[in-house]
Amino acid sequence: MSATRPHLTGSLLRHLVLIATSIVALAPFFWMLSTAIKPANEIFSRELHVWPTHFAGWVNFAAVFERVPMLTYLANGALVVVLIFVLQLVIALPCAYVLAKVPFRGRRLLFGAVVFCLMLPPQVVAIPQFLLAQRLGLIDTLWAMALPYSVSAFGIYLMRQYFRTIPDELLDAARLDGFSEFGIVFRLMLPIAMPAVTAFGIFSVTTHWNEFFWPQIVLSSPEKLTPPLGIAFFRNEEAGTDYGALMAAAAIVIAPLVAAFLLAQRRFIEGIALTGIKG
Amino acid sequence: MADVLSPDARRAIAIANGTSQHGRHWPIVALYAGPAIILGLITLIVPLVVVIGLSFTDYRLGASTLSFIGMRNFIDLASDPVMRHSLANTLAYTALVVPASTATGLGLAMLIDARTSLKGLYRTIHFLPVMAATIAIAVVWEFMLHPSFGLVNLLLAKAGIAGPRWLEDPSTALISLAIIGVWQMAGFNMVLFLTGLTAIPAQYYEAAAVDGAARAWDRFWLVTWPMLRPITGFVVVISVIRSFQLFETVYVITGGGPQKSTEVLLYTMFSEAFEFFRTGRAAAIAVVFLVLVGVLTLLKFRMSAPRATSRRARRS
Repeated sequence: MSATRPHLTGSLLRHLVLIATSIVALAPFFWMLSTAIKPANEIFSRELHVWPTHFAGWVNFAAVFERVPMLTYLANGALVVVLIFVLQLVIALPCAYVLAKVPFRGRRLLFGAVVFCLMLPPQVVAIPQFLLAQRLGLIDTLWAMALPYSVSAFGIYLMRQYFRTIPDELLDAARLDGFSEFGIVFRLMLPIAMPAVTAFGIFSVTTHWNEFFWPQIVLSSPEKLTPPLGIAFFRNEEAGTDYGALMAAAAIVIAPLVAAFLLAQRRFIEGIALTGIKG
Repeated sequence: MADVLSPDARRAIAIANGTSQHGRHWPIVALYAGPAIILGLITLIVPLVVVIGLSFTDYRLGASTLSFIGMRNFIDLASDPVMRHSLANTLAYTALVVPASTATGLGLAMLIDARTSLKGLYRTIHFLPVMAATIAIAVVWEFMLHPSFGLVNLLLAKAGIAGPRWLEDPSTALISLAIIGVWQMAGFNMVLFLTGLTAIPAQYYEAAAVDGAARAWDRFWLVTWPMLRPITGFVVVISVIRSFQLFETVYVITGGGPQKSTEVLLYTMFSEAFEFFRTGRAAAIAVVFLVLVGVLTLLKFRMSAPRATSRRARRS
C-alpha cells in the first residue's frame, strides 16, 4: 500500500510537468495555425481568441499562393534536397567503402582530412565559395545550391564507421559469387548500410530543406527561391503586417517535414540521435 | 583447407594479402575516392585556404585588385565597436541558451524516461520544434512576441502583468532570441540525453538501492549524473557551437537591432561581405569564427573520445 502512494503521486507529477512543457512546445505551432485561419481584425485584437469568429483560413492560404509562387518554392526545395542527397550519396558511398575496406597508403591521411572537414563550419568557407560560384557563372542557379554540399564529410564518416562493422568474409564471399567491386558497393554494402544511409538521409534532407544562410547568399531571382527564403521574401516584400497569410506560409513550409516526422518518428529520432555528433 | 583455419588466422592472411597487394588497389582507390577528394579540395579545402588568405588583404567584392595588408583587418576589428557588440552579444546569447537548453533537455529526458506511460507521445511532442524550419519558427515567434497582439503579452495581461516590448526593446531583444533558441534546442538535447539514459544498465540502480540510495535524488547523484557526464559535456559543446551559428532570426527579424543589441558574429560577417562588400574584413571575421569554433570542436573530440573507447570495449 505504502509503496503505491508515492508511485502514484510521482506518476501524476510527471504527467503534470510534461503536459505543461508539451503545451509550451506546441504553443507556437498552435498559435501559427490559429492565426492562419483568422481574419485581420481578429488578429489585431487585444482579446485572446483561440478560434476565429469568422473563419478566414481559405482567404489566408489563398493569399499565400496568389502573392508568391509558393508551389514553385516547394518544388525548388524538393529538387534541391533530392539533388544534394543523391550527389552526397553517390560521392560518399564509394569513398566510405575505400576508407573502410580497401587498404592503401595514405588512408589514414584521407580519413584525417574527412574528420577535419567534418569540423569545418560551412559559414567559414561561404565567401570563397561565393567567389568561386561567381567565377563559374553559377550564381542564382540550382548548381550553386547543390555543389558546395556535394561532398559530405559527415556522410563519408558515418558510412565508413558503419561499413567497418561489416565482416570482410562477406565481401570475400560476394567476390567469389562474381560480384564486381562496383556491385559490392551498390548491391551489397548499400543495402546492408541502409540504417546509416537513412539516418544520413534524414539529416541531409532536414538540414537542406531548412537551410537559410547559403541560399540567401547565392539565390536572388524570386522564382528560384527555396521555401525558407520564400518566407523571408514574403515577410519583407509582400505581407507587411498581413500576419494571417504569413502564418499560413510558415505552416506550408513546416508541414512537409513535420508530416514526414510524424509518419516515421522512430527513424527520425534514431537518425538524429545517431547523427547528433555533427551538431 | 580454409575451414581448418581460425577466423583470426584467416583475417591475418587477408591483411597480409592486402598489404602485399597495395598496388593492385590503386585503380579502385582512385576511382572511388577520387571524386570525393577532388570535389572536397574544390569546395572545402581551397576555400578554407582562400578565406584565411583574404583575411590579410583589403579585397572588396567585385574589385579587380587586392593588396596584402598584414594584420590590419584584425587590428581594425579589435577596435571596431560593431565587432565588439557582435562578440559580446554572441557570447551573451550562448551563455543564456546553453545552460537553459541543456538543463531543459536533461530534465525532459529524465521525466520522459522515468515511466513508460505516454513515453513515445511526450518524446514526439518535445521533438517537434527541432523539425521546424528556424525561419518559419522565427516569424511565428516574432508574432507571438508582438508587444500588443502577441500571445505571450496577451497571456501576461490576463495575469495582470504588463509584458515587455520583447524584440523591439534593446534590453530584451537578445533575451527574446534566446527564448526562441532554447525552445528549439531543448528537444534536440533531450533526444541525446535519452540515448544516454537508455545506455545505463538497470543493475546500477539496483546496486545503488542495495547500498542505501533509497530516494530518487540520491540515485540521481550516485548513478545517473556520473553516467551521463560524458554525454552532458558533449551536449554542452554542441549547443555552444549551434549558438555561435545564430543567424536566421537576426537576419530576418531584428537586423541586428534595436541599437545593435542583437548584432551577432555571423550576421556581422554576412553584412560586411554582402552588404558593404568588404570581403577582406569579412574573411577576418570568418577566421575569428573558425578559431572560436575550432577550439570548441577540439573540446568536443576530447569529450567524445572516452565514450567511443568504452563503446568499443563493450562490443569486444
